[in-house]
Amino acid sequence: MSGARPALEVRGLRAAVAGREVLRGVDLVVGAGEVHAVMGPNGAGKSTLSHVLMGRPGYEVLGGSVLVDGEELGHLATWERARRGLFLAPQVPTEVPGVPLRAVLAEALAARGEAAPPADALVAAAGAVGLAPAFLDRPVNVDLSGGERKRSEVLQLAVVRPRVAVLDEIDSGLDVDGLRAVARRVLAEVRERGLAVLAITHYPRLLSELVPDRVHVLLGGRVVQSGGPELAEELERTGYAGLAAALGVEAEGADEPGTAG
Amino acid sequence: MAARREAGAQLAALAWPAEAEEDWRYSGIDRFDPDRFAPVVSEGDGEDVEPAQALARQWAEALGPAVATVVTLDGRLVVASGSLAEVDGGFDGEGPAAGLQVRSGLRSAVPLRRAAALGPGDPPDAFGVLHRAFSADPVLVGVGNGRQVEGLVLVVHAIRQAPLEGVGRAVFPELRVEVGEGARLGLVEVLASLPPGGPAASTGASRNGSAVPDVAEGERPVPGQRGAARPGTDHEVAVWSGPPGGPLAVLVSGWQVAAGGQLDYGGIQALDRSASAVVFQASGVERDGRLRALTAATGAGWARVRTDAAVLGQGARSELLAGFLAQGRQVLDFRTFQDHQAPFGESELLFKGAVGDRARSVYSGLIRVRRGARGTNAYQTNHNLVLAEGARADSVPNLDIEENDVRCSHASTVGPIDEEQRYYLACRGIEPAVADRLVVRGFFGDLVSRAPIATVGAWLDRTVAARLGQAEREEGR
Repeated sequence: MSGARPALEVRGLRAAVAGREVLRGVDLVVGAGEVHAVMGPNGAGKSTLSHVLMGRPGYEVLGGSVLVDGEELGHLATWERARRGLFLAPQVPTEVPGVPLRAVLAEALAARGEAAPPADALVAAAGAVGLAPAFLDRPVNVDLSGGERKRSEVLQLAVVRPRVAVLDEIDSGLDVDGLRAVARRVLAEVRERGLAVLAITHYPRLLSELVPDRVHVLLGGRVVQSGGPELAEELERTGYAGLAAALGVEAEGADEPGTAG
Repeated sequence: MAARREAGAQLAALAWPAEAEEDWRYSGIDRFDPDRFAPVVSEGDGEDVEPAQALARQWAEALGPAVATVVTLDGRLVVASGSLAEVDGGFDGEGPAAGLQVRSGLRSAVPLRRAAALGPGDPPDAFGVLHRAFSADPVLVGVGNGRQVEGLVLVVHAIRQAPLEGVGRAVFPELRVEVGEGARLGLVEVLASLPPGGPAASTGASRNGSAVPDVAEGERPVPGQRGAARPGTDHEVAVWSGPPGGPLAVLVSGWQVAAGGQLDYGGIQALDRSASAVVFQASGVERDGRLRALTAATGAGWARVRTDAAVLGQGARSELLAGFLAQGRQVLDFRTFQDHQAPFGESELLFKGAVGDRARSVYSGLIRVRRGARGTNAYQTNHNLVLAEGARADSVPNLDIEENDVRCSHASTVGPIDEEQRYYLACRGIEPAVADRLVVRGFFGDLVSRAPIATVGAWLDRTVAARLGQAEREEGR
């Protein structure tokens, strides 16, 4: 593990959804300029983790803390966390009919006291993830393919410039070229300005492009194992059930494909 | 006077509208007190003519250059494109050449081919009867066969706010539009208040260089009336409760489109909240004619708009759009009637509204397909956003189909802003009040982009943004 200054610290995070405890004590530290992957089967709590980090209403935090750049965010509303540098690219980005992406970017920057970038800079930012300029004037996520949505998320990340980005299944819907473009853009943020990335993924495919410094395996609401990139390869061989058996842990959700993570 | 006597007799025989009638359900009409108003029957007050013209100039700046401007003040014609003299004689000699005529005078001065279809309901209710009695200066805008009018015709109905001898003014403006065969016309009709001292007093909130107030002074919600969204407050919704002395505007706006003609209509209702309004929009479209209309309503304390759209000729098409925003304790009430009388006609209706604070809105619509109107396509859609717990929207769509082989549908929704959308925007750092403003503007976005007259759509967008932005500031960010 590198000795980078911690950008995101998650300590003993426990949370319940609809009365059921889904996160049972998650510990993670992502340094500035690092990419960490969180892997796990359906139902392991991956998406729940992303929403609890963002403070989504309806998720009950039972204990633990979330810090960005050393500041505790646990008591803050979602929009306040975002302004303090936390960014979520959700698994299924929400359609906002009638609201152009350009307007969302302008408001997101205004919320941070920043002016909207010049039009040509936005066009260039869109081009960097393979999106045409007209895309900026289309309503956010409306009638987009899965891949377009993911490109849009990374475009927003590049414009908003957060400290910490939580990317939930950022690879879904993308073809190989799309995945490469998106990963390249994220890695540029990581290298150039020390963005910390927590990449949640189901499949190791993403990690061949977005090579992680650390891999964490989430099973039954806990991080059961952490390691280097080789852990992802190992998982590909053994599967989550194999890992759970080897570790002697209860792999809740490991055999429940299709349940929300 | 004969018309007035006849109306008096009719009125005596007519019951005042009541909410028990389907047509007036949810409208709040039971609290309406006609004794708080008296008709304005004298000639227009000379000293307000200039302020009324100034108001019209401001609207012209906001809506784009007009080839003709007509201004009424409390229902009396004050000016048309410079002077009244030009009206009767045509337009600087250009009128007949351009095929455009604007006249004023009694209804009988220009025969309307299907006048009955363009009246305030058949039979008229009490407001319609009153209008027949007291409409003094109907404005007639006619375009000759085959003429295409380049640019807009702007009609501004200025309504004074001050009480007359202690009671509210009841005024009865009227517009009749006649588009000839194969002719084309774009027209904007504005119903707006003339504040005491003239329009300059209320230009403070204008945006984008527009001199027309996006938000009139009187529209500001009174602090203390807000906050119904907080838990624990009662859920009583607003009913008609205009302040004593405010005016009542009863407007009849009739549009006739002859075969192959096209009318692009934009209507703006931007009255002060001290005002009440009853509006009759009635249209008839003949064979292969086309009507495209967008009505934007954000004003008045209590306003009812009845829209009767008749498809009179084979292949005629009507597109009826409306966007409305009610805040504070506003009550905005819409009744629509799509009447298919001829085969292969099409009517598409989309009304969208947002209600905040303790405001309420009502939409009720009926598609009627008469026997013989086979091959009809008729759609009726009403979507409502409810922005606060204390606000309420009612939506009642209806179909009445007497013919086979037709395609008709209706859809309606009433609901709050989607929490998923709020959360997504919050993940970008956008706080709830700003997110709501984005979402509401987006909600009206299809009306704005489909507006037959783009500047009217832009006005709706700007006004919604300004009004929601203002509510946001009042909440104290």
